[in-house]
Amino acid sequence: MTIRIETDRVTAMYGKFTAVKGVSLRFAANRVHALIGPSGCGKSTFLRTLNRMHEMSPGGWITGQVLLDGQDIYAPGVNAMHLRRRVGMVFQKPTPFPTMSIFDNVAAGVRVTGRRSRSELSEIVERSLRQAVLWDEVKDRLHRSALALSGGQQQRLCIARTLAPQPEVLLLDEPTASLDPRGTQLIEELLFELRTNFTIVIVTHNLHQAARVSDTTTFLYLGTMVEHGPTKELFTTPTNEQTEAYITGRFG
Amino acid sequence: MVVVLASAVVVAVVPLVFILGTLIIKGAGSLNAMFFVAAAAPAGQTGGGVGHAIVGTLVIVGMACLIGLPFGIGAGIYAAEYPGTRLAVGCRFVADVMSGTPSIVVGVVAWAWIVARQGHFSAYAGSVALAMLMIPMVMRTTEEMIKLVPHSLREAALALGYPRWRATLTVVLRTALPGIVTGTLLAVARIAGETAPLLFTALGNQYFSLDVSRPMAALPLVVFTYATGPYQEWHRLAWATALVLIIVVLVLSLAARLATRQRYPRS
Repeated sequence: MTIRIETDRVTAMYGKFTAVKGVSLRFAANRVHALIGPSGCGKSTFLRTLNRMHEMSPGGWITGQVLLDGQDIYAPGVNAMHLRRRVGMVFQKPTPFPTMSIFDNVAAGVRVTGRRSRSELSEIVERSLRQAVLWDEVKDRLHRSALALSGGQQQRLCIARTLAPQPEVLLLDEPTASLDPRGTQLIEELLFELRTNFTIVIVTHNLHQAARVSDTTTFLYLGTMVEHGPTKELFTTPTNEQTEAYITGRFG
Repeated sequence: MVVVLASAVVVAVVPLVFILGTLIIKGAGSLNAMFFVAAAAPAGQTGGGVGHAIVGTLVIVGMACLIGLPFGIGAGIYAAEYPGTRLAVGCRFVADVMSGTPSIVVGVVAWAWIVARQGHFSAYAGSVALAMLMIPMVMRTTEEMIKLVPHSLREAALALGYPRWRATLTVVLRTALPGIVTGTLLAVARIAGETAPLLFTALGNQYFSLDVSRPMAALPLVVFTYATGPYQEWHRLAWATALVLIIVVLVLSLAARLATRQRYPRS
């Protein structure tokens, strides 16, 4: 099994505050990996070290290594902008660009890499919207405002926008936290499909979601990695007491 | 309680109604096509118009925008993008002080800088004075409007691999644009009605002129000259000019309102 991402003692700081403490993990390619833990456990921060978004936060810096396909993404000479086109990210709240049409939203990440012909862009937009299972709902109004879509549609639009530049890895930061059950279900089904082409790391505070969608699960607590393993094992026979307490709902 | 607040509203609205009413009663009668097209009549003669002042106001305010908008918007973007830097804090402080500065002081400064040195009044000296009034207003509005754009939008753009400058220009600034346009129009409406900064700079002119290095007419100056003049005829023209001026300002304010309304159309 190919390892897509490997982290080696990643410590992430905001100024002097340590949010993530020495987390070493391996994420296999074409799998869904869930990060769980109570609020403030550092799971989002850890996720943001994987595409170098953490360093965009005020005071954000890290020590340790993050390897993507064996290459250190923090090595000097690595262009963070190019990296982020390989490691896409979807956020908790849907963030369609309000001044752009549906089409332009999806094309945004492709256009930034250089000029494309209209037909090439159309192809990419259609492919991405199909991958995000949104095509049938929006194909007749591609040039309308993205704000007219429902919350769940907006989130799938953001996923399509992230998929358009064909990243290798998809990072999702609580992507269904602001959606209704129906929207949540659609996104979860979508993750199952996307797994064949992408490596997915999803942060969720919903344990059932982690159990439903992921192949491996990592439990983080107070910035440290407590337990990591195949989802089934972690949820049925956790080896750590804290993990067991958390997944059985005794804290967090 | 409601009665007290409602009467406060009435008292607040009465002056506006009164101003408009007086201007319409005293000025509307003098408005006709010639009034908008013709230049001033020689002293003592009846008739004549403010066409030269309308053109003058457009030129002076237009040039003030050309000078003021790039600096105001640029400084606003900087202050919003790098909020903690010394330059941004200083710039914000200066802008706050400047917006409290009496406009006549700005006029005097422009006079000392440009008119006194060159030895003659000029339209562009007036534009510089108005631009100085405009910059702090535009800067603060731009900054506030950019700050209103959710941080998540900027992050989304950065996560797509946008360079920072491009995220700012194509996502953040474009989202903030309606608000910036509104603020700009309000600033234009405000400076279009300023008299004091033009008194020692653009000075005023009886005739049509497009030469920006010479004195030029402007609507507020015409009101001032006619209203303080000795002739009955001038007083009549002053009322009519004041009405034109307030219509110009109201139209700009309404345009600003419309620009705001288009914000967040279907959210």
